[in-house]
Amino acid sequence: MESVVFIFSLIDCCALIFLSVYFIITLSDLECDYINARSCCSKLNKWVVPELIGHTVVTVLMFVSLHWFIFLLNLPVASWNIYRFVMVPSGNMGVFDPTEIHNRGQLKSHMKEAMIKLGFHLLCFFMYLYSMILALIND
Amino acid sequence: MSAPAGIPPRPAAAPGGARAPAARPRAPPCRNGPVQSQVHFPSGYSLNPENYSAPSTHYPQVPHEAIPSQLDNQYIADYHSACYSVPAQSVMTHSIGPGMLNTQQLYGGAPHPVESSGGLLQEAVSSASHLHTSVPQSYSAMSSHYISSTSSSVASQGFPLSSGHYAMPSVSSAVYPHLSYPAMSIGSPYRQVLTSQSLPAVGQFKETNAFPGQSTIVPRTLQQQVTLGYNSTSWSTSDFQSAQENLSRNHTGSVAKASNQINTVGIVDSSHPVNQNVQFTKPGVETSVSSVVTSSVRTPAADHLIEPASVPSSTQPPESLLQEAIDSSSTTSSASPVTNNYDALEGGGYPETDSATSSPAPPPQISRNTKPFGYGYPTLQPGYQNATLPTSAMQPSNPGHQSGFQQYPQYPGVNQLSSSLGGLSLQHSQQPESLRPVNLIQERNILPVSPVLAPVPNLNSDLRKLNCNPDSFRCTLTNIPQTQALLNKAKLPLGLLLHPFRDLTQLPVITSSTIVRCRSCRTYINPFVSFIDQRRWKCNLCYRVNDVPEEFMYNPLTRSYGEPHKRPEVQNSTVEFIASSDYMLRPPQPAVYLFVLDVSHNAVEAGYLTIVCQSLLENLDKLPGDSRTRIGFVTFDSTVQFYNLQEGLSQPQMLIVSDIDDIFLPTPDSLLVNLHESKELIKDLLNALPNMFTNTRETHSALGPALQAAFKLMSPTGGRISVFQSQLPSLGAGLLHSREDPNQRSSTKVVQHLGPATDFYKKLALDCSGQQTAVDLFLLSSQYSDLASLACMSKYSAGCIYYYPSFHHSHNPTQAEKLQKDLKRYFTRKIGFEAVMRIRCTKGLSIHTFHGNFFVRSTDLLSLANVNPDAGFAVQMSIEESLTDTSLVCFQTALLYTSSKGERRIRVHTLCLPVVTSLADVYAGADVQAAVCLLANMAVDRSVSSSLSDARDALVNAVVDSLSAYISSASNLQQSTLIAPNSLKLFPLYVLALLKQKAFRTGTSTRLDDRVYAMCQIKSQPLGHLMKMIHPNLYRIDRLTDEGAIHVNDRVVPQPPLQKLSAEKLTREGAFLMDCGSIFYIWIGKNCDNSFIKDVLGYPNYASVPQKLTQLPELDTLSSERARSFISWLRDSRPLSPVLQVIKDESPAKTDFFHHLIEDRTEAAFSYYEFLVHIQQQICK
Repeated sequence: MESVVFIFSLIDCCALIFLSVYFIITLSDLECDYINARSCCSKLNKWVVPELIGHTVVTVLMFVSLHWFIFLLNLPVASWNIYRFVMVPSGNMGVFDPTEIHNRGQLKSHMKEAMIKLGFHLLCFFMYLYSMILALIND
Repeated sequence: MSAPAGIPPRPAAAPGGARAPAARPRAPPCRNGPVQSQVHFPSGYSLNPENYSAPSTHYPQVPHEAIPSQLDNQYIADYHSACYSVPAQSVMTHSIGPGMLNTQQLYGGAPHPVESSGGLLQEAVSSASHLHTSVPQSYSAMSSHYISSTSSSVASQGFPLSSGHYAMPSVSSAVYPHLSYPAMSIGSPYRQVLTSQSLPAVGQFKETNAFPGQSTIVPRTLQQQVTLGYNSTSWSTSDFQSAQENLSRNHTGSVAKASNQINTVGIVDSSHPVNQNVQFTKPGVETSVSSVVTSSVRTPAADHLIEPASVPSSTQPPESLLQEAIDSSSTTSSASPVTNNYDALEGGGYPETDSATSSPAPPPQISRNTKPFGYGYPTLQPGYQNATLPTSAMQPSNPGHQSGFQQYPQYPGVNQLSSSLGGLSLQHSQQPESLRPVNLIQERNILPVSPVLAPVPNLNSDLRKLNCNPDSFRCTLTNIPQTQALLNKAKLPLGLLLHPFRDLTQLPVITSSTIVRCRSCRTYINPFVSFIDQRRWKCNLCYRVNDVPEEFMYNPLTRSYGEPHKRPEVQNSTVEFIASSDYMLRPPQPAVYLFVLDVSHNAVEAGYLTIVCQSLLENLDKLPGDSRTRIGFVTFDSTVQFYNLQEGLSQPQMLIVSDIDDIFLPTPDSLLVNLHESKELIKDLLNALPNMFTNTRETHSALGPALQAAFKLMSPTGGRISVFQSQLPSLGAGLLHSREDPNQRSSTKVVQHLGPATDFYKKLALDCSGQQTAVDLFLLSSQYSDLASLACMSKYSAGCIYYYPSFHHSHNPTQAEKLQKDLKRYFTRKIGFEAVMRIRCTKGLSIHTFHGNFFVRSTDLLSLANVNPDAGFAVQMSIEESLTDTSLVCFQTALLYTSSKGERRIRVHTLCLPVVTSLADVYAGADVQAAVCLLANMAVDRSVSSSLSDARDALVNAVVDSLSAYISSASNLQQSTLIAPNSLKLFPLYVLALLKQKAFRTGTSTRLDDRVYAMCQIKSQPLGHLMKMIHPNLYRIDRLTDEGAIHVNDRVVPQPPLQKLSAEKLTREGAFLMDCGSIFYIWIGKNCDNSFIKDVLGYPNYASVPQKLTQLPELDTLSSERARSFISWLRDSRPLSPVLQVIKDESPAKTDFFHHLIEDRTEAAFSYYEFLVHIQQQICK
């Protein structure tokens, strides 16, 4: 059972890593002016909810399977994701708003955020991998 | 690094195409012989690219008279001296060459000159044993700028003669240089020779006097050579080169000497040689010449007298002097003059301004020197040494360069001197004024009597003259801090306020197949670039060195060749280019106007339709456009109605679409019709429209579907959609609900709903923007209509927003009149379609936030579907890398648009500002109005993204922080008093005015729409208008006098002093005019002088003045004339004609007026004094 949880987490984590990389690439494309803000934001906004769900599922799974440490590790990031999503002003087109992304250094902060998430997911990836192997051995 | 202009206007159309082709480095410019040398030559004199200005009035004159007048080609000497002024060394090295060539030709080539000069020599020889000394002198006198060369050769010529080596002037040229240069090598003291010669010369006045008479010949022959070219020279290059090297060293030596002299001896000495030259150039003034010579004899010179004779072969001293020269160059370069004094040159007054004006160092120089363009020099230094010779051999291409070489040595000296003087005078006269500490609490009359002007950047006068008009381009700090740390310390916002598409009376329009731009950053060439030589220029934003294209060498203005720095692009900081097809992604679009009109019951009741239709009918012919102009109409209530205006119909056809959930265009081709072809139908429709819906009972408004339909209609072409809306949209997509709680209007705590309720309008705006369509919103409502949401349609599509609260055609005539006037302006003003604007700035600075109505497409590119002359923009900047290696920063905005005539044009503004390192200088250069406007923009953002109270706190903190930073930086000030530098003395007042502005006020009942509209205006108004909105001007107009009046178009316009905005200034006996930008209030006191009421208002007494008076009658009295001319002068100064409202003391409208008296206390807000005390408390905390 334990191993199944971690195998799922591992797959989910891989997906989140890819998503983070995708975010970074798209944002840096925007930075370099390869795509325009409108298309960049519509691309990214599409993936905000999947990312949120993916990460929330893992977090909940850890809570349910009583892996407290991993749960607490994931909690801040998951709650940040939810907070960010909920706090989008009603007039904005999503977490990434094309009319504001170039203002007040938003692009940079989005970039920074994506980088941090990538690092976090990589960390989690190895943690899940380790836990999975441990679980498999124990089985 | 894509071109701002090069960027495709439609992102969707070709995102990939947005990238400009990678800059391809051109093949090195080495070709064959002559060309090559040309190329080298430039590199040599690249040393002083920025010195163009140096052509102080006085030097150029010299060559002027002597040679250029005879030069057939356009290479006027003054230009050259203009070009190469200060780091004179480099110039000299080159200019020597031609000079030598000249003399060479003189003796070896053309027989005629030989004769004359030979004769001259003979004469000289026979006349005096001092021959070699006296001859140079006279020569120098004659040929002013050829001085060095001629004199040197003559000297050498004379020398051999006396020493017996040379019998004839027709010396073989191969030998010649060797001999002549040694003679020249006395050059280091050379100048002294020149000046001091007069001593011996005194005795030989006849001879010397005779020379000027002959001197005319010499220049002429020289000139002939010049035009012929130097190719005939038979010298071996190596010889020449070595000789040249010697020469150059000598000359650099002499530069050093000269400058030294000047520094020590003073200005008289430096001007003295000049004087001489000038005098001699005019053959007719021999007597005065000789007197000048004698009078200017200096005793120390006598020592040198012998030297020239005895040290003909000494090459050593010059070398040591070279060092000296370089040193002096490095010192002078830092104080080197900048830029182009071309105006003066082009003015053509030169030759006439005579020796009289020439002798004292002219004032422009002083200031010119104060601002160095220093960065260029160090790197260029080496170049100057290599590049010397080959170049000069081939000068023919630009013969004039050599001219004036002798004068150069004087430049550094004079400049240095005057720069030190100038620095003193500037710093001591200017600094204190803007930095003078003002005790805010004690100084009661802080407001100046005349309107506040933009501070002038502390640049030298030439740059200042060239700099962009502050009305178009303004920076909050006219002295840019060198580092972000310094900026943070100053606690002032750094940003730009732009009004790029302003109506201009004078705008140089340039048609040219190649628009010269930097190849790496795509900056347009501008007055602040430096010309390294004629062929290359250095970008002032990224410092890349670019080639000057061949076409740019020709100046269409003067029809001359080889003067790239005289081109209009380099002479004006605001220019407009007619762009070629490279700047288009599609053929320029026609002007397309679509009117979307609300015809629901509410709208019909308000009666705006009549005004709009009438106004459009009147201005139908004045709509900007060409023969392709198209126009269309859509009306909506709960359904959407289209109008088929296809040519050939007998009357307009109305097509009603009631399926608002899935809107479609009934006949896509005939809804937007050619204005000229269907003019009659359009007129019919406009006449019929106001009456068509008089009996409608439809109260719903399907704005969203109507907009969707409008977008579909416009998307093939792009253009302008004008939306007239009178209520909250209640049907279909984009419907809104009332969010305002009337009980919260005067809440001091939370103001909600400043942001949009839905993203429908934003998305629509972005779609429109992508299709080059702008949406302009006219909101004429009597109740809440959620402007915060509706405004999005204009904000992001670069439209404009007009709001007429409680509009009614008969109940509210002021608003009706305002609508009428606004519409007139709106229909007839210029318009630019499918525009993009890019703002570039010097490397190290970056833009981090934009304010205004547009869509930011990439980091520095604003997409403006339409641009109108009333739109202002603001950007916030940050300093990413410190600006240590530059003394000037530049900002450039390039606005690429399609004019209504279907021309693609680029309007370029360039602003240049100095960089400073001290905090005091940053404060000295603060532009308080710009800073306040930028802060207002930031506060709007803050109140939408965070909360209004946050924004208010931030505004107060901006004052507190900056003033406390200033107080703590100026340690000599008392910490306990509230002191501000003079430049910022109005800062607290303006911020207080902002806090009492509709947008940010709390506690006073303010409707949400009013507040949001004020915010929209802050974001989109240009600075001048915004300032009047924030802090209106108050004048007393019942006692206008002609004192200090100005004359405008034969009218006398009185200039009453500004009053502070406080009720204490209002007296019952007076009448006051308040200029709020878009509205004028005239307040009449109860006991106002009857003569004023009679003479100006046309009523017998106060009681008979009606409550609603919106016009001043034209009465034939002096005071009426004065008042009217003053008001119309104020009106003319802005594009939107403001409405006038006369307010009697007891009328209900007076609250509007009193709200603007921002220095007074209200129940919810501080008075100015209280505010100051509050700030002081905050500072002391």
